[in-house]
Amino acid sequence: MTTAASELATYNFAYLDEQTKRMIRRAILKAIAIPGYQVPFASREMPMPYGWGTGGVQVTAAILGPEDVLKVIDQGADDTTNAVSIRAFFQKVANVAVTTRTRAATIIQTRHRIPEEKLTTGQTLVYQVPIPEPLRFLEPRETETRKMHALEEYGLMHVKLYEDIARNGHIATTYAYPVKVEGRYVMDPSPTPKFDNPKMHMSEALQLFGAGREKRIYAVPPHTEVVSLDFEDHPFEVQSFDKPCGLCGAENVYLDEVVLDDRGGRMFVCSDTDHCEDRRAHGHCGTMLAYGKEAAR
Amino acid sequence: MATPLVVSEVAKSFTMHLRDGIRLPVVSSVNFSVKAGECVVLGGPSGIGKSSLLKMVYGNYGVDTGQILVEHEGQFVDLATADPRSVLAVRRVTLGYVSQFLRVVPRVAAVDVVAEPLVADGAIPAVAREKAETMLARLNLPRELWQLPPATFSGGEQQRVNIARGFITDHRILLLDEPTASLDAKNREIVVDMIAEKKRAGVALLGIFHDDDVRVRVADRVIDVSAFSPRKAAA
Amino acid sequence: MTDAPLLKVRDISKFYGARIGCRNVSFDLWPGEVLAIVGESGSGKTTLLNCLATRLMPTSGTIEYRTRDGQMRDLARMGEAERRFLMRTDWGFVHQNPADGLRMTVSAGANVGERLMAVGGRHYGNIRETAGDWLRRVEIGIDRIDDQPRAFSGGMRQRLQIARNLVTAPRLVFMDEPTGGLDVSVQARLLDLVRGLVHDLGLSAIIVTHDLAVARLLSHRMMVMKDGQVIEQGLTDRVLDDPREAYTQLLVSSILQV
Repeated sequence: MTTAASELATYNFAYLDEQTKRMIRRAILKAIAIPGYQVPFASREMPMPYGWGTGGVQVTAAILGPEDVLKVIDQGADDTTNAVSIRAFFQKVANVAVTTRTRAATIIQTRHRIPEEKLTTGQTLVYQVPIPEPLRFLEPRETETRKMHALEEYGLMHVKLYEDIARNGHIATTYAYPVKVEGRYVMDPSPTPKFDNPKMHMSEALQLFGAGREKRIYAVPPHTEVVSLDFEDHPFEVQSFDKPCGLCGAENVYLDEVVLDDRGGRMFVCSDTDHCEDRRAHGHCGTMLAYGKEAAR
Repeated sequence: MATPLVVSEVAKSFTMHLRDGIRLPVVSSVNFSVKAGECVVLGGPSGIGKSSLLKMVYGNYGVDTGQILVEHEGQFVDLATADPRSVLAVRRVTLGYVSQFLRVVPRVAAVDVVAEPLVADGAIPAVAREKAETMLARLNLPRELWQLPPATFSGGEQQRVNIARGFITDHRILLLDEPTASLDAKNREIVVDMIAEKKRAGVALLGIFHDDDVRVRVADRVIDVSAFSPRKAAA
Repeated sequence: MTDAPLLKVRDISKFYGARIGCRNVSFDLWPGEVLAIVGESGSGKTTLLNCLATRLMPTSGTIEYRTRDGQMRDLARMGEAERRFLMRTDWGFVHQNPADGLRMTVSAGANVGERLMAVGGRHYGNIRETAGDWLRRVEIGIDRIDDQPRAFSGGMRQRLQIARNLVTAPRLVFMDEPTGGLDVSVQARLLDLVRGLVHDLGLSAIIVTHDLAVARLLSHRMMVMKDGQVIEQGLTDRVLDDPREAYTQLLVSSILQV
């Protein structure tokens, strides 16, 4: 009795009991109805520690059906510990199909990235969120931040950006860059690089955010306006990279720095592993890869 | 001749709550008026209530009964009953006061202390300062003191700043509480001249002068305050 | 000066259970007028101030405020959003402890600029310029604009708090013991600064203080409180030079002469 099917009987489908899923789905529906608003929910203990994606896992568990195809990424990669274990978790407790291909997935759970490939209608992106409150570090009182959201008092958010410019000469916030959703709520997009912020704007996919420890769920429905906050004289800009990806030669994608040796050798490669592999399969080739092939010869 | 200041049936006493509530009568049945261009001097022995009376006229001390009518912008205001805002308006525009001692405000230069009443009434600060400098020069305050706060000045220097501040405005009524007390002969002369000028300009002056010589030269009339003193009356 | 009061206070009482915070306080505050509320600790003056500034809900009574459009508005009936907007634009509140009124972990420039950003300021350069201008007005060197108030002395912090409050050109400022806890020389400087700003900007202010010298220097009018009630009020120099009530006489006679 070692097949997945037989082990499935030990758990309810997708681990959570149906009442819990209903509770979470209600929170999700409310979150979708009020884009960017943080809906409290009764976060459950999960078989993993806080900080490992318990919020995202609960959201995924609540929306997952037997027909879904699941992709899990961590920092853009399908093969990192967090991604591998969450993927294995859902294979075990829901026996769903999994994939590494963005295009093939119906649900993508992510930590710290949005795939490079444009998401389409019918796909759902589930973010793991450590701290959902964008105002937290400026105003520690939850009672006060809730009131600020309720009354749309967001001056403080610009105080943070002001501080950035005063200290660094430019807005130095590069991840968890605050956005305003549908002209109303200011939202923390989770610690994704600001490079990904424009992808949230008018996305065809449904975007759900789960914070397990903080017990909050929020959402950006498809075709919703998501605007990054900025100043008139210091407009929002995404990071740009000098070189294309060393492996697939892609430009205008988010790159990770990889240290090659202890003599200062390094390369920049796509953070989105699936995107990179896909390009290489289609014959794209970066300088490092070309060099590697030559060296191997 | 206009009569911008009328004091009628005024009585005043102090109740000293800290000394078992004893009541000290100061004055009663005070009746007098001051005409425009006239300098009226309050006379009588010291402690009889001259200064208190002057303070009542300024609205600084309250009164128990009676009226203190001041002609302010075409109508009479009763300072005995006016609300604080009206009293301040009367002081800003109509009623000036030169006290014996300068109440020093920290960090404010002498020239600005003098210019302040003009600025408070809406004058352009630069113009007010210029006028203040003229006043200080006339009163022989050494030029190097003008930009300093008067806290460290000698008694005579502070007094001159005080006089300049009191005389700089065009108030129709001016109250003077021993303005020449700590001045030397030369500066006393100047103040006497300045009082004469105010009289010529039609200002009604009410003052206390201990210096007989000065009193004789400025006074058109002396009112003996001991006539209002209840103690005297009882004796 | 227009001929309508800015603030109309009628029969304000605040009870903490059976205990009296303040009782039956009524007054009008006019534009450009500075009112001092004096009394010893526990006399109810801070309770009254907090009621006036809508930081506390009075048990009974009404407070009406004339908004910029000229209407008298009952503060208790105003929505919270509007009241909070009023508090950060048309009003200021200077706390005794600057740490209560400042963001200690953001720079001086951002502390001053926050209100501008809160009302929609979105041009960094302009915000910074205005902040720098206000730092100059409160005598803080422009080279300190990027320093956090944690690195400031008590007097500087208090001046920064004042700048932070005045940057939106409020019409009414509440001050709770603004010079409390400062050295005498620092107090003098602050008082002079406040005096100048109140005059130059035509501010109305309500200042709570137990220091009669502060009341004398800054206020036109004062109210003396004891056991939650106003026992004497009037022109500041009249109350101080010719106090009527036993308690006021005691207060005045208790001032130490230098």
